Amino acid sequence: MNLINRVWQSSLGKKYIMALTGCALFFFLIGHLLGNLQVFGQPELINTYAHFLKSKPGLLWGARLGLLACVGLHILAAVQLTAMNKEARPQGYAGGSAYGASKASQYMIVSGLVILAFVVYHLAHFTALLPGVNGTGDFRKLTTVLHGQTVPDVYAMMILGFQVWWVVAFYLIAQWMLFNHLGHGLASMFQSLGLRNHVWWPRVQGFAKLASIGIFIGYAIIPVAIFLRIVGADYAEKAKHQFSQSSPPAATLIAEVNGKEAK
Amino acid sequence: MATLNSNIPAGPLASKWEKHKFSTKLINPANKRKYKIIVVGAGLAGASASATLAELGYEVHNFVFHDSPRRAHSVAAQGGINAAKNYQNDGDSVHRLFYDTIKGGDFRAREANVHRLAEVSVNIIDQCAAQGVPFAREYGGLLDNRSFGGAQVSRTFYARGQTGQQLLLGAYSALNKMIGAGGVKSYTHAEMLDLVVVDGHAKGIIVRNLQTGEITRHSGDAVVLATGGYGNVYNLSTYARGSNVTASWRAYKRGACFGNPCYTQIHPTCIPVSGDYQSKLTLMSESLRNDGRVWVPKRKEDCKKRPQDIAEEDRDYYLERMYSAFGNLAPRDIASRAAKTVCDEGRGIGETGLGVYLDFSAAINRLGEAKVRERYGNLFAMYHEITNESAYQTPMRIYPAVHYTMGGLWVDYNLMSNVPGLFVLGEANFSDHGANRLGASALMQGLSDGYFVLPATISGYLATQNPGKRPAADAAAFKEAEENVQTLTKRLLGNKGKRTPDSFHKELGKLMWEYCGMARNKAGLEKGIKAIGELREEFWKNVSVLGEAGEWNQSLERAGRIADFIELGELMCRDALMREESCGGHFREEYQYTPDDPETKQGLVNPGDVKRRDDQFAFVSAWEYAGAPDKAPILNKEPLVYEEVHMSTRSYK
Amino acid sequence: MKVTLKVWRQKNANTPGGFKTYSSPDLNENMSFLEMLDVVNEELANKGEEPIAFDHDCREGICGTCSLVIDGKPHGPHQGVATCQTYMRSFKNGDEIVIEPFRAKAFPLIKDLVVDRAAFDRIQHAGGFISVRTGAAPDANSIPVPKENADLAMDAAQCIGCGACVAACKNASAMLFVAAKVSHLGLMPQGQPERYKRVKAMVDQMDAEGFGGCTVTGSCEAVCPKEISLDFIARMNRDYGVALLKGEPKAMEGGGVG
Ligand SMILES: Cc1cc2nc3c(=O)[nH]c(=O)nc-3n(C[C@H](O)[C@H](O)[C@H](O)COP(=O)(O)OP(=O)(O)OC[C@H]3O[C@@H](n4cnc5c(N)ncnc54)[C@H](O)[C@@H]3O)c2cc1C
Ligand code: HEM
Ligand code: SF4
Ligand code: FES
Repeated sequence: MNLINRVWQSSLGKKYIMALTGCALFFFLIGHLLGNLQVFGQPELINTYAHFLKSKPGLLWGARLGLLACVGLHILAAVQLTAMNKEARPQGYAGGSAYGASKASQYMIVSGLVILAFVVYHLAHFTALLPGVNGTGDFRKLTTVLHGQTVPDVYAMMILGFQVWWVVAFYLIAQWMLFNHLGHGLASMFQSLGLRNHVWWPRVQGFAKLASIGIFIGYAIIPVAIFLRIVGADYAEKAKHQFSQSSPPAATLIAEVNGKEAK
Repeated sequence: MATLNSNIPAGPLASKWEKHKFSTKLINPANKRKYKIIVVGAGLAGASASATLAELGYEVHNFVFHDSPRRAHSVAAQGGINAAKNYQNDGDSVHRLFYDTIKGGDFRAREANVHRLAEVSVNIIDQCAAQGVPFAREYGGLLDNRSFGGAQVSRTFYARGQTGQQLLLGAYSALNKMIGAGGVKSYTHAEMLDLVVVDGHAKGIIVRNLQTGEITRHSGDAVVLATGGYGNVYNLSTYARGSNVTASWRAYKRGACFGNPCYTQIHPTCIPVSGDYQSKLTLMSESLRNDGRVWVPKRKEDCKKRPQDIAEEDRDYYLERMYSAFGNLAPRDIASRAAKTVCDEGRGIGETGLGVYLDFSAAINRLGEAKVRERYGNLFAMYHEITNESAYQTPMRIYPAVHYTMGGLWVDYNLMSNVPGLFVLGEANFSDHGANRLGASALMQGLSDGYFVLPATISGYLATQNPGKRPAADAAAFKEAEENVQTLTKRLLGNKGKRTPDSFHKELGKLMWEYCGMARNKAGLEKGIKAIGELREEFWKNVSVLGEAGEWNQSLERAGRIADFIELGELMCRDALMREESCGGHFREEYQYTPDDPETKQGLVNPGDVKRRDDQFAFVSAWEYAGAPDKAPILNKEPLVYEEVHMSTRSYK
Repeated sequence: MKVTLKVWRQKNANTPGGFKTYSSPDLNENMSFLEMLDVVNEELANKGEEPIAFDHDCREGICGTCSLVIDGKPHGPHQGVATCQTYMRSFKNGDEIVIEPFRAKAFPLIKDLVVDRAAFDRIQHAGGFISVRTGAAPDANSIPVPKENADLAMDAAQCIGCGACVAACKNASAMLFVAAKVSHLGLMPQGQPERYKRVKAMVDQMDAEGFGGCTVTGSCEAVCPKEISLDFIARMNRDYGVALLKGEPKAMEGGGVG
């Protein structure tokens, strides 16, 4: 406990927390991205993956709680540090400020808060499946049959969800913020943990740049491809019907689509 | 008349210091903390002394006018620090360092002090290395040395171009350690404005807090001044703008004798003055003379030509011509005077005609630009920053500038002034450099005084004082001194004049440079004394100091310091007038070698070299205040007795 | 050339301040920036107006006394130099130049452009030293220092304690300064015994002084007159991490030997 106390009491200690939780979140982002990219495959692919996750509540909730803790700590430290930083400069300059600092580095709290807002929305959108936030219909009605079992049709949710322009716009803005957050944050993380020297710093910065671009492209490509009807347009047309039905004729839908693609 | 006893211990030179340390009374460890020592200044001398005295157990109070002890002017030293380590195995020894320093000082320093300095020099390097001073190293991890300032051995230790800064950071860290441990109380932005003398002993100081204007009294069992040199009396110099003589001067006015005030070092390689607005002259490290060649055109007509357009045979490499053994590395006083001579002949270069070339083209041809860049890149960059010229393409323009003052408050072998209880260290005292200081030896002296000498000698005085029985700060003498300070402040602020303090400083500087500069003569000095006397009167009639006493007030600070400089300037001229000889940095035109002198004929010296008169002037002049600025000061003499070395003609040919 | 100056004037910390505009007299482009201020001040004083208070001493970029934020950048437009090494030729005839004090809670204002940087000293008191008593040092060559380490230590040791890093940082963080100090001593073999104790003590004091934290914006490095590298901050972070894991040393009971 003493150690935790010591860490939390000092500005540097809080930065370790920021860096470690940021790092954990970064790994989550990669995993999550790999999962999501399955949308470019057959619908069953991602639905199977989603079902697999759901079927392991221990794992799922473990991961969720871990993530929640990370996000919580990350935000708490961020807010406290930002407050402390603001307080340290009660009066600013008239002649310009933050010479030599990138915009991304100056607006971490802004990009972070947008990400936070996004995460909340994202959870409501695809995890809690709150109707009314997605601009189309009730996602809870979208189901499909996998190995004889009726399961939520995550594929359909994504396809239908990302046909709404303002949802896509919001996702892209958030991704852009994430890109900025990571572009600075991933390099900063090495600095905070002391993992750099003059040889490694350019490499660390290169890594941060590549990784943040990679994450951005990976995440942005999904809503964009769907919105441009490059992925799953037909499936969407079919799936939409479920919104107006009281219970989903999942089996028919699947059979229909499979049949069509088999042709 | 003051009584001056140099207290040099008897016995053979080489064992004086050891013997003296043994015979000096010690203070019992339990009693040490009862003694309170006031140290003014935290340059190399003051910081090292404060830290060491506190380590020994004394209660130390340290005062600096700077905002931090780490900013003392010592930070500016670039070149290096000497020590007789003989790590290069090139024949160095304590005796050689001693001899070089005595000879460099033109036989006007005290033998015993200089020998001690050379002995202690080796301990300084050990001490600094242990503090983590990042001295330059060789690939094997051992300390690197270079030759510097006209020495024929490599005994100079350095830390890139920042030797002074790094040594001071070392001393400052030692000070920090003791501040952290409660052994030293540090007062910053605290300017000493008077010395308090009780029953003939220095027992305290009066201090103005520069932030609030508050005046406070501080009493102690002894007072140590390590307040640096007074070269800013010339206004333009290589000193930091804040360096001043006030602490020493106020002590002088309280009875401490001022030793050899006219001995001023003019450094040969500085960037020339560019205009009337100039506030400071920047030193270009002496190390440049290792590879740069100094020249001026042979003919006056060529002076306005571009240096590239002057053919090789039309150039006069005058140092190489005149001093073939040392060439461009001739000691500072000699190199400076030679520059003045050629400029006086009308052969100076640059817009003002007060400049000579320092040319690296030969070095660039020989070593390649890359090598030259590696050695001097930062200096060339600095030169470019200031002048907008590239020394890779065109020779540097340089001219001598005031750089160091060998004179200072008179002290005995124990570093105690003639006022008992008042100790003076570092550049503020007069002791070790005679009439000319060699490069890299001021840092050595400051640290020697502070780390090793004072801590060993001060107990001799303290043992005669009753511990803890120092006068309280409400004693009459303190009251009187504080009133003295208050009166002066009121007088300055209340003066309804028209001229700014700085305008007086500029005027004083010009008078000093003209009459008491690189070359002096009787008529000029007499004129100078008169003109400075008049300037003093004009100052008090016509100075205008804005702002208030109870706040941060730079005009007030400066006005007080300039008033002291004016009085000091007069004393310097008097000293120079009295000293009817030439020696080291003091050049009286009347006393120089002529072509007819036997020494010139033997080829020992050049016509125009300084001519000492040992029969009459082998003494330290120690001036005593006569009670009022317009009264002629009293001259005391401390004869210089040379037991070990023979006072010879100083030859660098 | 002539310029217009927009200068922050403030009588003291308790009186609110504001900008005042002055037009300079005719200037020479070889003047240093501070000489320009001298000239302006002489003119003000001759008119009976109080001169602009600003800090300076060595005027050659080595003492760290000069400060000033010039057009939003501490130490003026050039990289790797201090204000006192800035020359008027870096400006154009007719320019308006905004001059402000270093701004940070930990550097309270004294007057006009002068601030109090004593917080830096207090950080140094906390641990900026190697505890070696005078006279107790071994021969300087008895501990060889690899040249790379000595050079790197020297890179860090070059810091002149000016505080520009704090002034530039949007968080008014003192990390670059503290890191330079910690790294200089931590890189020397002589500094090893106290390495972790030192970093802990100095960082804790830094926090207590009210400086902000590091968000790795790089402003400090960009304005530092000695171009101290952010590498040193990483090094300090590393050392501090070890120090945290080590925890406080056990308190020792005092006791006699005889
Ligand atoms: C540009 C330059 C380069 C140099 N290079 C070298 C070199 O390479 N090698 C070498 O050996 N020497 C060199 N010197 C000379 C050397 O640096 C100085 O002689 C030496 O550092 C002086 O140290 P000091 O401790 O006596 O005084 P300083 O360092 O001047 O310290 C004076 C201290 O006294 C304080 N003080 C003064 N007056 C008062 C007062 N009234 N009240 C309170 N505090 C006061 C100041 O705050 C300061 O702390 C150089 C000098 C200059 C100008
Ligand atoms: C996917 C989610 C997130 C990831 C992957 C992430 C990642 C990171 C990383 C790697 C850092 C660098 C840490 C360091 O400098 O040591 C960082 C810093 C930061 N993050 Fe996040 N972050 C995320 C979400 C958030 C959120 C929701 C906020 C909201 C407040 C936030 C606010 C900040 C702030 C203010 C910083 C800078 C703190 C500082 O440097 O002192 N981040 N983030
Ligand atoms: S790190 Fe650079 S900017 Fe900061 S105090 Fe040191 S020299 Fe100044
Ligand atoms: S005045 Fe010394 S660094 Fe600028």
